[in-house]
Amino acid sequence: MSKIIELKNVNKWFDKFQVLKDIDLEVAPQEKIVICGPSGSGKSTLIRCINRLEEHQEGNIIVDGTELSESTKNIEKIRAEVGMVFQQFNLFPHLSILDNCSLAPIWVKKLPKKQAEEIAMNNLKRVQIDDQALKFPGQLSGGQQQRAAIARALCMEPKIMLFDEPTSALDPEMIKEVLDVMVDLAKGGMTMIVVTHEMGFAKEVADYMIFMDEGKIVERAKTKEFFENPKSDRTKLFLSQIL
Amino acid sequence: MNLIAKPSKENIKTYVPIGLFLISFSLLDVFINAFFNFNLMVFLPSQLSYFLPLILGFIGFYLIRIEFSGVRSLDILNKNINSNNFNALLTLFTIFIIIKSIPPMLDWFILEANFVGNSKDDCTGDGACWVFIKVWFNRFMYGLYPDSEQWRINTAFLILFAVVGASFFVSEKLKKYFILFLVFVFPFLGIKLISGGSFGLEYVESAAWGGLSLTFIISAFAILFCFPIGVILALGRRSSLPAIRYISIGFIELWRGVPLITVLFMSAVMFPMFLPDGTFIDKLIRVLIAITLFEAAYMAEVVRGGLQALPKGQYEAAKSLGMGYWRMNALIILPQALKLVIPGIANTLLALVKDTPLIFVVGLMELAGMIGLAKTNPKWLGMAMEGYVFAGLVFWVICYAMSRYSQNLEKKLSTER
Repeated sequence: MSKIIELKNVNKWFDKFQVLKDIDLEVAPQEKIVICGPSGSGKSTLIRCINRLEEHQEGNIIVDGTELSESTKNIEKIRAEVGMVFQQFNLFPHLSILDNCSLAPIWVKKLPKKQAEEIAMNNLKRVQIDDQALKFPGQLSGGQQQRAAIARALCMEPKIMLFDEPTSALDPEMIKEVLDVMVDLAKGGMTMIVVTHEMGFAKEVADYMIFMDEGKIVERAKTKEFFENPKSDRTKLFLSQIL
Repeated sequence: MNLIAKPSKENIKTYVPIGLFLISFSLLDVFINAFFNFNLMVFLPSQLSYFLPLILGFIGFYLIRIEFSGVRSLDILNKNINSNNFNALLTLFTIFIIIKSIPPMLDWFILEANFVGNSKDDCTGDGACWVFIKVWFNRFMYGLYPDSEQWRINTAFLILFAVVGASFFVSEKLKKYFILFLVFVFPFLGIKLISGGSFGLEYVESAAWGGLSLTFIISAFAILFCFPIGVILALGRRSSLPAIRYISIGFIELWRGVPLITVLFMSAVMFPMFLPDGTFIDKLIRVLIAITLFEAAYMAEVVRGGLQALPKGQYEAAKSLGMGYWRMNALIILPQALKLVIPGIANTLLALVKDTPLIFVVGLMELAGMIGLAKTNPKWLGMAMEGYVFAGLVFWVICYAMSRYSQNLEKKLSTER
């Protein structure tokens, strides 16, 4: 089976502190992977390395056949193919929701404005906030903002979506509306890597679970096996605390 | 000490009228004293009559200081200018000073001032000699620019005001072209029109330019160029490339660390010595470049403040959408950062406008410079006050207009709400 993401022996340090240790990871197209683990375990850093928001110092990261290196051209090519959703939404506050979504297609993919706005409206409809298209991010609730951020990433028509704790900054009653959108996306066949503490969501959509601790992948298993029969003691302890 | 009861809601009906009467009386006393030079309390010993308004007003303010009186206007008054004895005194002093200072100002500016005539001898009153401004007005506006050619300056500014004015009424699309014209075409068109030398226009050397029109020319060009240079320097100072970063830091710190007057002097006097023989750069252009680079260094630091205020997430979101450095800055970062620092930008630009008089050190005479020149004319000695009051007023009008515009812009660009 061909791989769309391949990490080989990736190591990363912040100054002298090693945050990623010998990470090996392969993701096939349309696979959904959920990464969990205690805070500070390197989960966010790992997925941020995949679109080069963080640099790795050793090893190889290959995304859709392109190797991440110093080459700005490669980095921009990969970023245009990999959508990312952040914990803090990071919508552009000076632009309307519609402009947030159509900006990158117009300027990066060079689509005509009309077509870009059509794509934007379709994606906003998909996350069910097309009626908010002309508002500014500051006028939306947290859940709506995060859905807008997902729509913005989808407008670039990415092959892969990365989610960095997408529901951690949300009020409890807004978490569901965002997770619903993500479930819908998963069922549509998107390749997804999700860092989250929402185990219900993980059980529903993940093909594989990855448990990280202290910069290492401690356990990688099929979802069912991971929850029913975890192998390492560290995983068992973690699951017992959050479930 | 319970001779009189503390002002409260019970005695509000008697205390407030008495208090208001005492305050009114004390203000009236000061007013009559200031405007008609007549002392109502002339029968009292002179020291007592001098302090009486203060004492009466103070007692009055004490009597009306009633907490939770239930009368809205009284509560507002007490809260703002009469919250305790000290504030009541400050209030009285402030009002007295204002009343006392109005008559002499009125006298100097208008009542005793001279408006008609055409020489210093026509100024017989004790007040201002506005004849001075009237006679010299043409010079204050155009400097030594020949009278017969002044229509060229007028035309240039007319075009400018017409285009700017019209841009407020046209559609967004047309507005874009108007702005492009103003930024890229008009400055050079205007300068060509004013300097002449071709199209049958007589050449007027820049040394003859002056007055308010020169203030505008220098301010406009410096603002136009210092802004983009400042933005690039700000980005450069935050660049990840060490060479660019250190060059930017060096440039900013060098220009920021030197007084403008020194920079101007060097640009006009020393710089030509370093040029190869035979090359000649117009003095005005040298001065313009000096002011532009000087203000660009300040602008860079203002813009950098805005860049640093943006959360890291904005950069990351832009990058994650595949935007490169320039697109990220042009579309996401700068629009937000510049909006944040509009007050700082306005500050810098106002300072720039007010710095223009310094070009007198190299012999260029804008408005304040021309006034300085005129007041040393043997026929018009002793007119410094009128001249500088006029200059102050003109600069204030220009700067206040800029300030209002920046506040408007801030409101217009706000997406909070």
